Amino acid sequence: MDFPFLWDTLLQLLPGIPLTLQLTFYSIVMGFCLALLLAFARLSPYRWLSEPARCYVFCFRGTPLLVQLFLIYYGLGQFESVRHSFLWPILREPYGCALLSLSLCTAAYGSEILRGGLLAVPHGAIEAARACGMSRLLMVRRIIFPIAIRQALPAYGNELISMVQSTSLCSIITLMDITGIAAQIISDTYRALEVFLVTGLIYLLINLVISRLVMLVEYRLTPHLRAPVTRTVKKPVGEVH
Amino acid sequence: MGNLGFFETLSFGPGGWGPMLLSGALMTVALSLSGFLLAAVIGGVFSWAKISGNRPVRYFADAYTTVVRGIPDLLIIYLLYFGGSQILTSLGKLFGEGQFISFPGFLAGMLAVGIAAGAQQTEVFRGAFYAIAPGELEAAKAFGMSPWVRIHRIIIPLLLRHALPGMGNVWQLVLKAAALVSVTGLAELMNKAQTGAGSTGKPFDFYCAAALLYLVISAFSGWSLRRAEVHYSRGVKR
Repeated sequence: MDFPFLWDTLLQLLPGIPLTLQLTFYSIVMGFCLALLLAFARLSPYRWLSEPARCYVFCFRGTPLLVQLFLIYYGLGQFESVRHSFLWPILREPYGCALLSLSLCTAAYGSEILRGGLLAVPHGAIEAARACGMSRLLMVRRIIFPIAIRQALPAYGNELISMVQSTSLCSIITLMDITGIAAQIISDTYRALEVFLVTGLIYLLINLVISRLVMLVEYRLTPHLRAPVTRTVKKPVGEVH
Repeated sequence: MGNLGFFETLSFGPGGWGPMLLSGALMTVALSLSGFLLAAVIGGVFSWAKISGNRPVRYFADAYTTVVRGIPDLLIIYLLYFGGSQILTSLGKLFGEGQFISFPGFLAGMLAVGIAAGAQQTEVFRGAFYAIAPGELEAAKAFGMSPWVRIHRIIIPLLLRHALPGMGNVWQLVLKAAALVSVTGLAELMNKAQTGAGSTGKPFDFYCAAALLYLVISAFSGWSLRRAEVHYSRGVKR
């Protein structure tokens, strides 16, 4: 094993980490907002709201992210009207396109997860909130949303981790994220295995940190599932007594 | 938008790109199917290793699923394509062939897709195995069934019933990973769309067509999967 080469590769890859993290973070934030809107739209009783949302989810989940990315980055520039619109400064840059397509894609997956969470809110809780005279907005904010998020969090954690990996596609449209730099080193040196080892290690570390953070948030959100005395050994709570 | 409209560009008539895109789609389906089969084999072996292997085997299977599920598919494709070429070239040097030998794109793609999806498939099979009621396996043993008969009469039908929804997800992952194989220059759907977009200057039309073809493939496979689910859920009350 050629340790100086591994070390050198690691040093070259480090500058790519901020870009990967940035793309992940911004696309998750924007994607989450859109996912929330989509989930509510899909659950709405009005068909003119639920049908477009269903169609959106079908299209974005049924096609590879690479197609969406190319459609936005290469495809939109085909139209004169797009090239002259105020959006062109964003759509001209690979960074803007990458962010846009990552957010649109994760919104489709996220909305399904959130929809599952929203459907899992027990009906009794909603009835109780109504009986207390809560307004709709207050009910969503205090009752529905916290319960739904708690339900959806484990699945959303998986989505976050797969987003970290999805950002690697941005290297195909010339962004120099971790994978972009790795691909360049591989094609310069033809030492695929060594570069793969170092790059994989960085991704695994990022995923480890994210999954720990999700677990922490899950822990904070579920105080009712914890045993009242913290010193006792953790055991399953909520079983039939 | 040039002199030809969307449908003329992508038609099957003279000057149309329809046949080319369709052959790309067939290549995508072939690549995805072979990758999916490989993933199923890997998933079968590794889930067995996780369920009933001894400690080193279990550790190895755990390491495989953790590592592969945490690394981008694109990186795995690069590893197999460039790594494979690296090995082939050094083998070639041994036999006096000084030139660079590139690894076949289809094989690299199939291996990469299979290895990437195999990790997910392992977890799907493992979860499905635990959904089989232990009483059913005990009953099969009590009947004096040999392990092999138990596997193909009891375990596989029951396992598939529980695993099919998860396998549907894995298939979708496979389709998406197969699109990435276009970076190795394999002439599948994305690659053909890129070629068409490059030579006509109409990227939007071509990537739209590619997206539509992917939608058709995934809609059709979703439909077949539902049929398979119905088949394997015979005799189960819903």
